[in-house]
Amino acid sequence: MEIELRNPNIVMKLSRLGSFHQSKLSFLRSFLREFKNWEYKRDLFELNELGYGTAVYSMRKNSRVYSLICFANELQEDERSDRVIATKWDAAFALHDGVPSKQDIERLREQVPKQEVGRLSCKELTLSRANKSVRIFDHVVENLSQGKQPDIEKLSKVGYLYRTTAVYGSGKFGLADRFRIKNRKEICGPFRLEMMLVYFVRQFTFDQVNHIAKHKNPKKAVTLDLSISRNLGIGNSTGLGMAPFIVNHPVLLNNWILARENALRDIRKIKFVATKDSDLFKTCLKKSIKNITSWNTDSEFQKKKIQSLFNDLNKFIQFIEADFDFSKEFPFNSIYLWIEKNLDEECIEYIVSMMMEPYDDIINPLINQMSAEEEKYFNIPTHRTVAELKEILEKKYSEMLKIDFSQKKNNQKFWFISKNKEEPRISDRFKESGSELEQPLAIARDVNKLYENLSRSKNSSTIDKFLLNNDDLRHIVRRIFVAEKLPYSEIQDNVIGHSLMPIDMLRLKLSFFGVLKFDPKSDKWLRINMFQGAPLPDELKNHKDQWIYNSLN
Amino acid sequence: MKSLSEIETVAKRASKATGYSWGISEEVGKNIRLLEMFGLPGIRNLNEYFDKRKEQKFENLKLIKNENKPTTLQYCPIISGTSFLDQIKSLDNLKEIQFKEIAYPLLFLPFVSRASEIIGKRLFLKLDNNEFLLSFNNNICSNFINDEIIKTANIATIRLLENNDSFSEKEWNQLYKLSEDTFVEESDSLKNTAAGAGLTDND
Repeated sequence: MEIELRNPNIVMKLSRLGSFHQSKLSFLRSFLREFKNWEYKRDLFELNELGYGTAVYSMRKNSRVYSLICFANELQEDERSDRVIATKWDAAFALHDGVPSKQDIERLREQVPKQEVGRLSCKELTLSRANKSVRIFDHVVENLSQGKQPDIEKLSKVGYLYRTTAVYGSGKFGLADRFRIKNRKEICGPFRLEMMLVYFVRQFTFDQVNHIAKHKNPKKAVTLDLSISRNLGIGNSTGLGMAPFIVNHPVLLNNWILARENALRDIRKIKFVATKDSDLFKTCLKKSIKNITSWNTDSEFQKKKIQSLFNDLNKFIQFIEADFDFSKEFPFNSIYLWIEKNLDEECIEYIVSMMMEPYDDIINPLINQMSAEEEKYFNIPTHRTVAELKEILEKKYSEMLKIDFSQKKNNQKFWFISKNKEEPRISDRFKESGSELEQPLAIARDVNKLYENLSRSKNSSTIDKFLLNNDDLRHIVRRIFVAEKLPYSEIQDNVIGHSLMPIDMLRLKLSFFGVLKFDPKSDKWLRINMFQGAPLPDELKNHKDQWIYNSLN
Repeated sequence: MKSLSEIETVAKRASKATGYSWGISEEVGKNIRLLEMFGLPGIRNLNEYFDKRKEQKFENLKLIKNENKPTTLQYCPIISGTSFLDQIKSLDNLKEIQFKEIAYPLLFLPFVSRASEIIGKRLFLKLDNNEFLLSFNNNICSNFINDEIIKTANIATIRLLENNDSFSEKEWNQLYKLSEDTFVEESDSLKNTAAGAGLTDND
């Protein structure tokens, strides 16, 4: 049966991208699969009785070692802030390439707690910091020191002991450039080293509470129950910094979405589905409802989405249980056609994620195709003609070409880099100043301008000639030729329109990270949880990939 | 030490801040990264050129010919380089291209290096007495080994080198003969059972 990849004009709409959920393709799950046979070790743990000091954790295989160095520092209550503009944190971390020497640790002790104003070396791969969820952290320490386990209900409302506020990699602040390490097989999937850092940090938080409780009451204290630990993740506050990333990395975006679309197509093409596979699909589906019912958020926007997801999912389970026959040919194709007709985007994409669960053989080869070499597409093929470029625009950007930018509402916002923290921000161009320093993210507007200018040029003229007088459109011409080759490289929406929900862009990226329970705090930032339910480092070897549905809370 | 990723980002933003379009600024970011990776003083030259632009104007060379001479001002290395890169396929049939008065020509060099990759030919760039052999954007050989800023190239010449071997046929044969010592003589029975053996090719 011939099944085509889904139409980018549907998949790449922001409302659809903002409905994506974690899947087997997600980076934190593929990270755990890749590192399951690595040797985990806590190499150093020198904390004082209050839990301040230094710790080192490592993963090792053959001659390759990655070490996380943690610095836990005292922080006054009024100094604790999750905003990216904070300058002090409860703990700071760097992932080091190899075994750090004493000199390395001393050097990093000076630099890592400073974060953005510190300097790292090419021996360091990722950098991060985190703050305690003080209420939960203190509750856990207090109970453990009294010989009791903490209140699970209380824990489930938060889901973590610490939350990170940024994780940096790829050459930031002197960290190693990607090209130095890109050929290592174990980090072939995207964001592997960022995932490793967060995973180590999670273990550090458990070790730290156990350590403090023990010192508080050496005779009575107990350690945090492993099943409770397993159901705690690492929180993360994520803001607009992530949103432009997906516009600025069109090749990477394409490779992520293409992997997902290829997976869906290949699953729809399966003629007969083994009972064990359909059973696993149904089991994951039912188990995952727990993740939805325990999804806490104050955001009305998100509450509506969760409710719609919950209703649709129940409708779907009813359909599967009552009316559906898995023994018929191409059952996943029938399912897909049914959900497209009967359910909302949020649930459609949820079920697409679930369909991947039984199929390691389809998913695993796709993981290695999710990294990208943006440089390969950098040079503009200037020998091509105006007619060819126009044709690509008409074919690949038809949705964007329909937007009328003479209307104020379609041109309402602009993206800029803030001076105080060098972070991306969005603002109203008619109310705030600074739009003359706009970042080149207004793709739909610039595509329209390009099309207009191309229409005034001779069709046979080559792009090098066109660029002589259209220098201001060079960045967009480059993108169009990327989109010609890569179908999912472009968000098919207006990211400067008045109705833009930046949260959709954040959710897209975070779903590929593999996070659960998006909790928007506004339309511009959200809290999430990573690794909740994941195996602990000592359990990695034999872990089941469906751990994500085992969460107790 | 600054990472190449930091160098590229800062060079791109600085270029935009001095008035270049985003597209050109992207080219500059990529080029300065390239220069610094090859150990050439990209940041120093770019900084000084941007300083100079505050007080002095430069001419934008748009259409490249085999001989290019500015009317009154010096050529801007960035716009000249972009034009050269964009037009390289139509310049491929020329043997030599000459530019007079290019300001800060080290900033022009990465465009030539990238052009070498696009047309698949080595390009020889001579900036007055400084010589650079640019091989497919993979390698730069040069007699320029210091960290100086080159303020101007009075004459910049680009020679488009034909894809010729750097060795004679005799030298090749000598080495090939030696390589044959790793081969094993096939027996008749093996010859008779090798791929294609025993079939007619006239079917």
